[in-house]
Amino acid sequence: MFDALKKTEVYKSIFRHSYQDTQRNRALQIVDNVFLHLHPVRVPRHATNIGYTWGMGGITFLLFLVLTITGIILMFYYRPTAQYAYEDMKYLMNDVPFGPLIRNMHRWGAHAMVLTVMLHMFRVFLTGSYKPPRQFNWVVGVLLLVLTLLLSFSGYLLPWDQLAIWAVTVGTNMARATPLLGHEGPFGAELGMRPDNDVRFVLLGGTEVGPPTLLRFYVGHCIFLPIVASIFMAVHFWRVRKDGGISGPDTGKKQF
Amino acid sequence: MDQLLEILSKPDNIPIILLLVSVVFYSQLAWSKARKNDNQGVPDEAKQDDKVQVWPYLVRVEFLATILIMAVLVIWSIALDAPLEEPANRALTPNPSKAPWYFLGLQEMLVYFDPWIAGVVLPTLIIVGLMAIPYIDINEKGNGYYTFKERKFAVLTYVFGFHVLWVLLIVIGTLFRGPGWNFFWPWETWDPHFVGVLTNVDLSEYFGIPTRNPDNTLNPAAMIFGAVCVGALYTPVGLVWIQRQNSDLFKKLGFIRYSVVAFLLLSMVGLVIKILLRLGPPVFGLNPVKYVLVTPWFNI
Ligand code: HEM
Repeated sequence: MFDALKKTEVYKSIFRHSYQDTQRNRALQIVDNVFLHLHPVRVPRHATNIGYTWGMGGITFLLFLVLTITGIILMFYYRPTAQYAYEDMKYLMNDVPFGPLIRNMHRWGAHAMVLTVMLHMFRVFLTGSYKPPRQFNWVVGVLLLVLTLLLSFSGYLLPWDQLAIWAVTVGTNMARATPLLGHEGPFGAELGMRPDNDVRFVLLGGTEVGPPTLLRFYVGHCIFLPIVASIFMAVHFWRVRKDGGISGPDTGKKQF
Repeated sequence: MDQLLEILSKPDNIPIILLLVSVVFYSQLAWSKARKNDNQGVPDEAKQDDKVQVWPYLVRVEFLATILIMAVLVIWSIALDAPLEEPANRALTPNPSKAPWYFLGLQEMLVYFDPWIAGVVLPTLIIVGLMAIPYIDINEKGNGYYTFKERKFAVLTYVFGFHVLWVLLIVIGTLFRGPGWNFFWPWETWDPHFVGVLTNVDLSEYFGIPTRNPDNTLNPAAMIFGAVCVGALYTPVGLVWIQRQNSDLFKKLGFIRYSVVAFLLLSMVGLVIKILLRLGPPVFGLNPVKYVLVTPWFNI
């Protein structure tokens, strides 16, 4: 039966090579698959060694995917207004089937992602993988680190509970003191900065963390930051390939 | 002790435990790999440079890692609920009010610096400094394998920034800071009415130069003193350059790279000096130092 299925035009149009275990099929398995195509066909043995990369970049990406999926599900149940946000969270935690599981996975996944980016950066540093030709990919990485932190931070406000607004109040209070652009920062007052026109005001959409802040953080968290992060991740992965794959000692052999 | 257990068992602080465990584990792993490579002369990675097929050798590792991580995340999410406290209320300020754990290092900096430094200048320097690393580290060795011997300076600097200034300060901010952001040992109970007995003074006052005149205007002598102190931190940059500019290392480095390295490094040192000026004196019953330099526009 299975053999018959494999002969149909439909099957053949989806899977373009047979499953026999040959060198050629192993290569096609990678090249003919849009997702696996991110990889080269062959890599140096040490690059598959979990002790070398710790798999941290990959795990970070996995967590980003989990966060995207759980995040979209959460969006079905959440309205970013001061009136409903907290009620929606309560509803989600108490009445939505698997609601707590989805929210918890989103929350803990986010914490875990911050941790894995830190470890990924640590590993990249220790193996000297930022050295030529990978300098620029390290810079892209630093931007990804910043984006990861901003994503976590903006998401922290959305439950609209005490924990959320005070953590965000503490964090954004520092913006008051921005040199030149904050009303309490050096030379801020001299440049005409007031509580109602400085950078913090732009960030919060008001002079304190309030309903407009919630909306701003929501849009930033669900639309702007994920898009920017995705773009930089695409660049990051592309560069890993273009810079000659995972770093390794120069043994005189060509990488490809 | 109860205090410590209570903080640690807060669901939002579980990542701190993971952070500690994983940083220790991975530091140890990297260290043993570096030692092995250094002793062998030829790194392990160089011995494994034959090619293998990505399918199945890499894909299967990714597959297993995915399953493992998903299992851990699901179990974690079933076992612990994400916190949901009372509804947001601007009239009720919790004490202490803390940022999420990954920002507690910066919040801790607020103890030692004014917000414009702790909240704006430092983060900017950290981001720019990190991005500069590939361009200022011109050591060609140690690319693509674990080693300590071949890049001691780079590794030690990074470890100082990562383990001490980042991880340690996060831990202090989470575990040792209580109401009013006062320092409490884990075995002390948080006392919301605790008021320190020592008053902060400025560095110049240790040398008998009051920061302010009796009529409350700023004392120019104190300002000059402060400016000299801050300047003194950075003057070695120029002196060392003048002395060593013809050595091979400095020639290769060039003036711009050298200045950036020196500036970032001395800023890190300055950070530690300021922390010590604040935390040190109370140990001897002296007043902690608040500012080194006070000007009409900003204080350091
Ligand atoms: C959202 C965050 C990030 C994601 C998803 C990510 C993902 C990845 C992945 C999948 C790899 C392949 C090798 C590996 O798994 O280790 C990689 C390599 C690399 N990453 Fe990242 N990364 C992120 C953040 C960073 C950061 C913060 C840095 C450094 C500041 C960085 C610098 C690099 C460099 C230089 C490489 C090449 C390493 C080599 O060739 O050995 N990345 N990244």
